[in-house]
Amino acid sequence: MTAPSTRPAANAADARNLDPAEVERFGRIAAEWWDTKGKFRPLHQLAPARLTFVRDELVRHFGLKGTGLKPLKGLRLLDVGCGGGLVSEPLARMGASVTGIDPGRENVEAARAHVGGNSGHGGLELTYRVAMVEELAAEGQHFDAVISLEVVEHVPDVAAFVAACGGLVRPGGALVLSTINRNLKSYALAIVAAEYVFGWLPRGTHQWDRFVTPEELARHVTGAGLSLPTFKGIVYDPLNDTWSLSNDTDVNYLGFAGK
Amino acid sequence: MSSPVSHYYVIISGASAAGLSLALALAEAAEGELRIALIDRAWPPPSVKDDVRAYAFSAASRHMLQALGLWKAVSPHAQPVYRIELTDSRLDDGIRPVVLTYDNMIDDGEPATHIVPASEIVAALAVRVAEYLCIDRFAPADVAHFAVDASGVSVTLADDRRLRARLLVSAEGRQSALREQAGIKIIGWPYAQTGIVTWVAHERPHEGTAVQHFLPAGPFAILPLTGNRSCITWSEDTTEARRILSLDDASFVAEVEKRFGGRLGAVTMLAGRQSWPLSMHLARSYVADRFALIGDAAHGVHPIAGQGLNLALRDAAALAEVLIDALRLGLDPGSAEILSRYERWRRFDSTVSAATFDGLNRLFSSDNTVVRAVRDAGLGLVDRLPAVKQALVTQAAGLSGDLPRLLRGDPI
Repeated sequence: MTAPSTRPAANAADARNLDPAEVERFGRIAAEWWDTKGKFRPLHQLAPARLTFVRDELVRHFGLKGTGLKPLKGLRLLDVGCGGGLVSEPLARMGASVTGIDPGRENVEAARAHVGGNSGHGGLELTYRVAMVEELAAEGQHFDAVISLEVVEHVPDVAAFVAACGGLVRPGGALVLSTINRNLKSYALAIVAAEYVFGWLPRGTHQWDRFVTPEELARHVTGAGLSLPTFKGIVYDPLNDTWSLSNDTDVNYLGFAGK
Repeated sequence: MSSPVSHYYVIISGASAAGLSLALALAEAAEGELRIALIDRAWPPPSVKDDVRAYAFSAASRHMLQALGLWKAVSPHAQPVYRIELTDSRLDDGIRPVVLTYDNMIDDGEPATHIVPASEIVAALAVRVAEYLCIDRFAPADVAHFAVDASGVSVTLADDRRLRARLLVSAEGRQSALREQAGIKIIGWPYAQTGIVTWVAHERPHEGTAVQHFLPAGPFAILPLTGNRSCITWSEDTTEARRILSLDDASFVAEVEKRFGGRLGAVTMLAGRQSWPLSMHLARSYVADRFALIGDAAHGVHPIAGQGLNLALRDAAALAEVLIDALRLGLDPGSAEILSRYERWRRFDSTVSAATFDGLNRLFSSDNTVVRAVRDAGLGLVDRLPAVKQALVTQAAGLSGDLPRLLRGDPI
């Protein structure tokens, strides 16, 4: 009996030195991340619009065919601040080879637990790591594209963060960022409405002075050696209770830049 | 020992026109990359052999079959409707005066509707479904029960085979057992009417004219089939229907002729008679956790306008589009976010349709003199207003509203 087992290790958790109670806890956190009616509902609602932006921009930038169910096949992507895997997993399902990193061990374990629970449709090229961008930079890693959605408004030094992300992009690659604009309208909508009036987000989720204007973001991105980014906004359609891409970047917006 | 589990993206219960066209639309758009399970009690689907119904197949539905590459197979059996006549009279009136006629053409010079036998549509869909390797057929089979969890739905068949998928779709028709298992209630009411359907041959050509006689007991439609043939779709008071259905062939033909109007000459029977109790129903919700309803499982409308199939195909086209759009974004096609998009899209349209056909049936199944005077005045008015008529034709063509891509004739 020397043939290697083709079965995925049922006790992969043991191999990573985790006790079963921990595994169960991460499963619960994963369920929370992926509950479309739970506390991450806003992210699930934003998902189609922002994934459409990421997919279409990547397809355009890399000149991919973009059809079929795996439009991103062949791309090596890094998702910075992957949380429970809400972006990493769909990108991997679109055919990309994805590394998701997050400083929170709970998040990373939750993301792993979720994709493990769906192994019936396996074949995903998806790796999660507890890591910061700086660590990957120190390892000399490079990716076709680096994606970091809804993260820059939570980091203390935006310029340094964007520079670190940009440094992981290979020449000819791309950087995708999303965040919230800083103006009166975004204060009214992203904090007062989302956290206080509708209760979509827990209070204190966002600090308004951490929001970043497209001009500031563009400066950081070009400062990191990438081209001037193109921006798209995401706006809410109250009649259909959906979010869609628009040219209005007053509140939520995404930026795409090539290197 | 329990059997191994077969994995799919979507499990469809019911090889109805709705179920078959959903399976095909998904398989086609995913270029065979999606594994789909299709479950029914029989294969080929029972409709292929013994369904005498014919449908007013809208231009939008035709576009869908064209986009799926199936119209060529169906068109030899499709009779274009060039003209529609409505009459309003009592059963014993010798002459059935025409109160409204219109040319049933849309802008591209094509008729807004074709009359197509249900059996031909289902047969064409079934033949193509059987060619797809990514569609596994389970027939004869029956879903015993299903259970939903966070990442999928597990289905157990009556013979203990087990399947798992992201989404379970019921296309099982009015009496959907899965709808009940999913805990979705319906609202609706029976009509004290029975639908009688049969095929007849007549001496003279119909020239592509569809006729709807509004008789007090219910509408009597003469739907032109290819050749000198028509499909009679007849709503009759239930007690009277029972009497008529028990008649021998000669007396039955006499009843048909009495309503037919003499214009097409002598009438002979071509097919057996089939009958259905008529009712209207709407599911209170079209989706539940990892579960969706399409076609008659979601809504049953009065056959007065022959629209049941068009609505079913619209459901299939809309659900296929929503699911494929989700899959192309790497999203879970069974998630609540995705399913609610389908429900928002289809629920309003089918509710409006059901209410319209219900209202029409009520309006025209009345022998009250005042009601008759008002409706005839209304129809007479419509008859003189070309713009209103064109709007009616566009509506019948199914080309109004927010159309799924397949109904515009485009691939998903």
